[in-house]
Amino acid sequence: MITVLRDNGNMTGSTAHRAKDVAISAIPAILAVFIATPSLAETFVEVFTRLSAETRIYPDSAAHPGQRSHASGLTGETTIYVEDDEGRSITVTPFYRYDAVDRERTHADLRDAYLLVYGEAGDGEWELRLGFDRVFWGVTESRSLVDIVNQTALTGSPGDETKLGQPMAHVTLSGEAGVFEAFAMTWHRPRTLPGRKGRLRGGMIVNNDGVSYESGAEEWHVDLAGRYSNSFGPFDVGLSVFDGTSRDPTLLPTLKGLVPHYEQIRQFGLDAQYTSGPWLLKLEAIHRSGARNNRFDPANGRFEEEDYAAFVTGAEYTIWSLWDTDADLSLIAEWNRDDRGRWATNAFENDLLLAARIGLNDEMSTEFFISVFSSLEDDSKVVSGEFKRRLDDNWFMSIEGTAYADVATSDILYDVRRDSFIGLNLDYSF
Amino acid sequence: MRMILVLVAFAVAWIPGLSRVDAETPEEKGLRIATEARERQKGFGNFTANMIMVLRNKRGEESTREVRIKVIEVENDGDRTIFVFDRPRDVKGTAFLVHAHKEEADDQWLYLPALKRVKRISSSYQSGSFMGSEFSYEYMGASEIEKYTYRHLGDEPCGDLVCDVIERFPTQEDSGYSRQVLWIDSAEQRTVKIEYYDRRESHLKTLLVDSYNLYLDQFWRAGRMAMTNHLTGKSTDLNWSEYAFGTDLDLNDFTQTALKRTR
Repeated sequence: MITVLRDNGNMTGSTAHRAKDVAISAIPAILAVFIATPSLAETFVEVFTRLSAETRIYPDSAAHPGQRSHASGLTGETTIYVEDDEGRSITVTPFYRYDAVDRERTHADLRDAYLLVYGEAGDGEWELRLGFDRVFWGVTESRSLVDIVNQTALTGSPGDETKLGQPMAHVTLSGEAGVFEAFAMTWHRPRTLPGRKGRLRGGMIVNNDGVSYESGAEEWHVDLAGRYSNSFGPFDVGLSVFDGTSRDPTLLPTLKGLVPHYEQIRQFGLDAQYTSGPWLLKLEAIHRSGARNNRFDPANGRFEEEDYAAFVTGAEYTIWSLWDTDADLSLIAEWNRDDRGRWATNAFENDLLLAARIGLNDEMSTEFFISVFSSLEDDSKVVSGEFKRRLDDNWFMSIEGTAYADVATSDILYDVRRDSFIGLNLDYSF
Repeated sequence: MRMILVLVAFAVAWIPGLSRVDAETPEEKGLRIATEARERQKGFGNFTANMIMVLRNKRGEESTREVRIKVIEVENDGDRTIFVFDRPRDVKGTAFLVHAHKEEADDQWLYLPALKRVKRISSSYQSGSFMGSEFSYEYMGASEIEKYTYRHLGDEPCGDLVCDVIERFPTQEDSGYSRQVLWIDSAEQRTVKIEYYDRRESHLKTLLVDSYNLYLDQFWRAGRMAMTNHLTGKSTDLNWSEYAFGTDLDLNDFTQTALKRTR
């Protein structure tokens, strides 16, 4: 897991309190719909729960007033899966996170609450997923560039790819010609962002109640997306388009303070992977229009709108049976580029990731990961390490650390330059 | 008269069994037995089963893996398989899809439920440990005939039965084994034992297979497989249960889309 800030939105922030309330009230509604479904004769029910505890220490004194030198949180998530004898299913995953330090990181969510039905369509099949769901697109290690359907959740770790549930209708048609997917989404989820006591934020606190939208429909705008994907021998390719409310906030200075603003954007995406022998070659690229950049125009008091393209490309090479043991070593190199350059809204304008992963392939699935993310524009570096190991059938642990080094004053990471940390996570699953 | 003799000689030469036995080299016999054993397993259509793996280290400490498996046969191609992991709990819901091929490398995808992400992974290294056990990916997939060359070594008694002893050599360079010796019972073509030799010709592992049951009056499936690693002293027992043949699975259940909804 790469531990790098996704973008400036992650460093300042808000919690959508309204979102919490709606999410929680949706659970009984969805359960009621299912209980009313007549074909409950032969059902398969599965319940799976994961509880996590994490603690984190920031050895450097804070860059911004109010920030604490430690963080800790408790997370719980239960998935209830019910399937009838025709394969129709309902999946519900309520999630709750309590943060002992940063109130904004405490949040409830419906990660999943969807109905899934599918059937034959010619030689292929159709599938419909209706409700809160999570969708992942992409192949690279550095970041999820193409991935756009779900909002990023604010958890303890900045590199965490956890997503908030997104209400949607998702239709898939698959067959010999490939996989065609169409998405209609509404009820935009604002990003949950750190509060005053939290680390890994900007200097100014965002007013979370001031969320604003470019669309008159606000969070109820219907966002549309489509994706085509297919495998051609060693090539896996995905083409995607998204038209709707951006998941990345622009932080606007207003009379109500700094507020998150969500524009209407259109994004075209490409993700591709070539898998051959020990090599994985990867590419993600996007073109986005309608979003604002990071250049503030004092004349009209806003950031400029700028169409842009960005990509991440690289390779992963694996050496198996390292030194005649069961261990594998994977070496990863990826180049991130954003053609807005210094006006990019994230830390990936021109950066190189070099990483190594060692998997011992033992009965405890012991794994080490180390990465260096370095800017090709200045000397800024983010060095991360992670150690993961199973403890027994239920317990799993990980230790992770991130150091921000030589961060240039011009770099977007400058606000988090003193937020190097070391953390411990424990998971109990049953 | 001479004409008749010539005709008889021809006829004898054309009786398949006779002529073949006479001319059969150890390589041909090995290939024939392996092919027959494989052919006997064909035509099952699809099946599902549960497996419990018990991993034992050299101090005798045990850990358990629980995996559900779904397999479908594909015409003119290798089998397609989905493994769904139930235990240990940190990998609960992880699913692994394999499209095996007869000659080229298999295609493999891994579904990670925490991120709902499907990852295409490399299938080149087939000798890697399956879930930290003594079984390799190579073993977990169906062994396609084309992936080895063969040689018949002789016959040996094995329990109450007689076994053909066959050596096989992987044709793919990235196999971790230089050769394997198989004991296949002559009556029902069931594999009862395999010895694995590494590149340095040391005897690395031994697999013992027993508790065979007959399904659909045609398909023998093992109930227990025990793999011992002679170098490390570790071992893994694989216990199979709940075999079900002729389920309603079809090829659409072995795609990346299906992988995301697999439970």
